[in-house]
Amino acid sequence: MIRGIFLLIALLLGNAAMATDFTIGYLQLQDDPRYSSKRSFAQYLMQPLGRPYAGAEVALKESKFHGSAVGAEFKLQPVNGKDTAELLAQVDSLGKQGVQFFVVDAPAVTVAELAAATKGKDLLLFNISAREDSLRQAQCQPHLLHIIPNYAMLTDALTQYLKVRKWPEALLLHGTSDEDLQLTAAFERSAKRYGVDITEKRPFELSNDPRHRSQNNVALLTSEADYDVIFVADTHGEFARNVPYQSIRPQLVVGSEGLAPAAWHWAWDRHGAPQLEKRFEKYAGRPMRDVDWAAWLAVKAIAEAVQRSASTDFAKLRDYLLSDAFILDGFKGKRSNFRPWDHQLRQPILLGTHNWVVERLPLDGFLHQTNNLDTLGFDERDSLCKF
Amino acid sequence: MKVFNPVRACFVLSLLPVSLLVASPSFAKDTGYLFVSSEKDNNISVLDAKTFEVVKRIGTAARPRHLQFSPDRSKIYAACGDGAAIDVIDVAKLELVDRIAGIEDPELFDISADGKTLYISLEDDGALGILNLDEYFAKRGDKPDLSVAEPAPPGETSEAEDDKADDDAEKDAEKEDAKEDEEKAGEDDDAAAIPGLKTVEVGEEPEGILLSPDGKTAYVTSEVANTVHVVDTASGEMKANIVVGNRPRRFAMTPDQKELWVTNEISGEVTIIDPATNKLTQTIKFQPKGFREEDVTPVGITMSSDGKTVIVGLGGANHIAFVDVASHEIQDYVLVGKRAWNVTFNRDNSLLYVANGLSDDLSVVDVASRKVVKSVPVARVPHTVLIDD
Repeated sequence: MIRGIFLLIALLLGNAAMATDFTIGYLQLQDDPRYSSKRSFAQYLMQPLGRPYAGAEVALKESKFHGSAVGAEFKLQPVNGKDTAELLAQVDSLGKQGVQFFVVDAPAVTVAELAAATKGKDLLLFNISAREDSLRQAQCQPHLLHIIPNYAMLTDALTQYLKVRKWPEALLLHGTSDEDLQLTAAFERSAKRYGVDITEKRPFELSNDPRHRSQNNVALLTSEADYDVIFVADTHGEFARNVPYQSIRPQLVVGSEGLAPAAWHWAWDRHGAPQLEKRFEKYAGRPMRDVDWAAWLAVKAIAEAVQRSASTDFAKLRDYLLSDAFILDGFKGKRSNFRPWDHQLRQPILLGTHNWVVERLPLDGFLHQTNNLDTLGFDERDSLCKF
Repeated sequence: MKVFNPVRACFVLSLLPVSLLVASPSFAKDTGYLFVSSEKDNNISVLDAKTFEVVKRIGTAARPRHLQFSPDRSKIYAACGDGAAIDVIDVAKLELVDRIAGIEDPELFDISADGKTLYISLEDDGALGILNLDEYFAKRGDKPDLSVAEPAPPGETSEAEDDKADDDAEKDAEKEDAKEDEEKAGEDDDAAAIPGLKTVEVGEEPEGILLSPDGKTAYVTSEVANTVHVVDTASGEMKANIVVGNRPRRFAMTPDQKELWVTNEISGEVTIIDPATNKLTQTIKFQPKGFREEDVTPVGITMSSDGKTVIVGLGGANHIAFVDVASHEIQDYVLVGKRAWNVTFNRDNSLLYVANGLSDDLSVVDVASRKVVKSVPVARVPHTVLIDD
C-alpha cells in the first residue's frame, strides 16, 4: 500500500509540475448578519449554520481529476469586503490576475449591485445565498447564475405538497421585513398557481408589548380563522420557531418552521447524499445546509464545465455552462442545469423537518411540457427577466 | 409517504392481467437458491428459486450490498457498508462463517479468477482496496466477532441496530488504533492495520469495480469525478483516467474484452470504452415509454453469457433495457418495480432477476418472452441477487 501511495504522490506531483492554476474567486460580505453566531446557534430551519466556504473547499477536493485533461488545478481565492465597493475592487484586482469565475456569498442587495456594476464584463457570478425572487426577475443579469433556489421554487414545492395532502387552506402569518415580504409574495403566488386558499393573512410582530398582543401572541394570531395549516413567512426564524404548539387549534406549521422547503437537508438519504453529508461534516464539523450545498455546487459546476469542454477558455466555459448539454449532479437524483430565461439552476426541492426529509419535490403527477423541474419556480412564461 | 400517482396506478393495473395470464415457466434448471442482500434489514434472504419461499434469512453486519460468489461457488462474499466488513457466507451451510473486519464502507468489489484477491471500492476513503486474502487470513490473528446487525421488526426502523453496528465499528476502530499505537506501525493510513490490504487513491465515491480476466487491470468508477480509473493491479499505478458520463456506476465487459460498458446514473446513459485504447467509442441513451430522459438513471448492468445482450437497470425509470451488443441497438424495455438497479441472469440465461430498491421486491423476467413472470417481495431495499443454480 505504501508503494501505491508513493506512486500516486509521484503522479500528482508530476501533474502539479505541469498544471496551471485555475483560480475561482470567492466573494463574501464582512459582518453579514445572516452568519451572526446568535443566529447560527439557534439553528433556525431556513438559516445557515455558518459561513458556507467549507462547502466550496469540499468541492475542490472532489474536483482533483476534473482539470487533469487540460492540465488545470482548481484553486479558491477567498476575499472579503465590507460593502459592494470593496467587493468590486476585489473583483477588479482578481480580474487582472485572470480570475473570471466568482462564487458570491452576499445578501440580495449586494448581489444585485455587484451584478449591475459588472454587466458586460467577461466574468460569471454564482449566487449561493440570496434567495430573493427579484434577483431572478427585474434585477436579473446574464452573467449572474443562481445555484441557491429562490423563494418561488421553495413555496411552489411546499404548495404542491399541501395540494396533494389535501390541506388546501392556509393561514398566512408574515413578518414585515423586505425579505419576509418577498417570501410572503412568493407563497401567495404559489398558492394561486397550485390552488391553495389563503384564508387569512396576518402580520406578526416580534415583541412582548401587551398593546400589540393581537400581533405577537400566537394564540390570538391563530384564532378566529379556518385553515388546515399555518404558513409562517419569517426568513429570520426567531418568531417562527415559537409558533408550533402555541396555536389555538392543533394545526401544522409550515414555511419557516415545522415543515420547511430546502435546497439541502442533512437527513436526505438517497442519491449519494449521505456520502456528501459525511464528507462535509468531517471537514466542517457541522451539518450541511442550503448555502453550504450551493457553495459546493457552484465550484462543482465550474469544474464540470472545464472537464466536459476540455478547455479553460472563458467563452467556451460560459457557453457550455448555460447550454442544454450541461448536466450537473446536485446529489438529489435529478440532473440540474440553468434555465435559459433567468439562469436559475433547476433542481429538486426537499421538504424537511428538523430531522427528516418528508418528501422530494416535484411530486409525481406535477407535469411540465418539457422539464418537470420547471413546475418549481418561474417558468419561461412567468419570467420578467430580459437579458 | 404515500402520494397519489395516477400514472403509476395505471401501470399497476395494466400489469395485473399480464401476471395472471402468463403460464408459470419453471424458474430454475437445478434446485438452487436465490440470495438477495437487503440494505436496511441487514441480512441476506435465501429463497427457493422455484417456489420463491424464504428458506432462511442470514444475518450480516450492517447494510449488506454487493454479493459475489467465490470462483468455486462455495462461498459468498458480502460487502457490508455500515458494518465496515466483508462477510463470508458458506453456501452449503447457509451460514455466516467468517468476516473481514475493519474495512471502512466497502461498496462493490470484484474477485480475482484464483479467488485469492478482492478488489474493493472504499466509498469513504476515495480509494481502491486490494486485499490479498491468504495474507489477511494468515496474519489477522483472532477471528473477528461475528455478531450481526439485527433486522428491524416489521414496520419499525432499524436505526437502533444501525447505531449499535456503528458503535461496534467504532469500538473495533478504536481497538485497531490502540493496536497501531502499540506497534508503531502503519503511520500512513489506518487501513494499514488490515494485513494484506493495499490501497490506491482514486476519485471520490468509487463505486463499480471490474477486474480484467487476466487480473492485470482494475477498472474503477468514481461517481464524483465522472471518471473511469484504469489501475495496474501489480504496481497500483493509474494507467488512465477516462472521462465518461455523469455519476458513473457499474461495468460489464464483452467476453472478447473489446468493449467495456459503463452505466452513468445522472446523465442517463451507457458509455462504451475500448479497453485497448482507453477511449470512448459510443454512448447509448434510453427512452422507455412514459418516461423522460431525466427519469432514466441507469445503475445495474449485466452481460449475457454469450456476450450478445446487455441488460441495463434504468433505476428511476422503473424499466430494464435489453441492448444488442453487436449493433448497440436497444431491443426492448421491460417494466419492472421501483428503482430497478441490479440485474442478474440465471445460469442458462433464461431468466433475469431484478432488484427493485424502492418497492422492496424482485422482478423475475422471462428472457425469451421479455415479460415479467413474477414479482417477489423480499426485504427492505434489496441490492444484489445471486442464484446458485
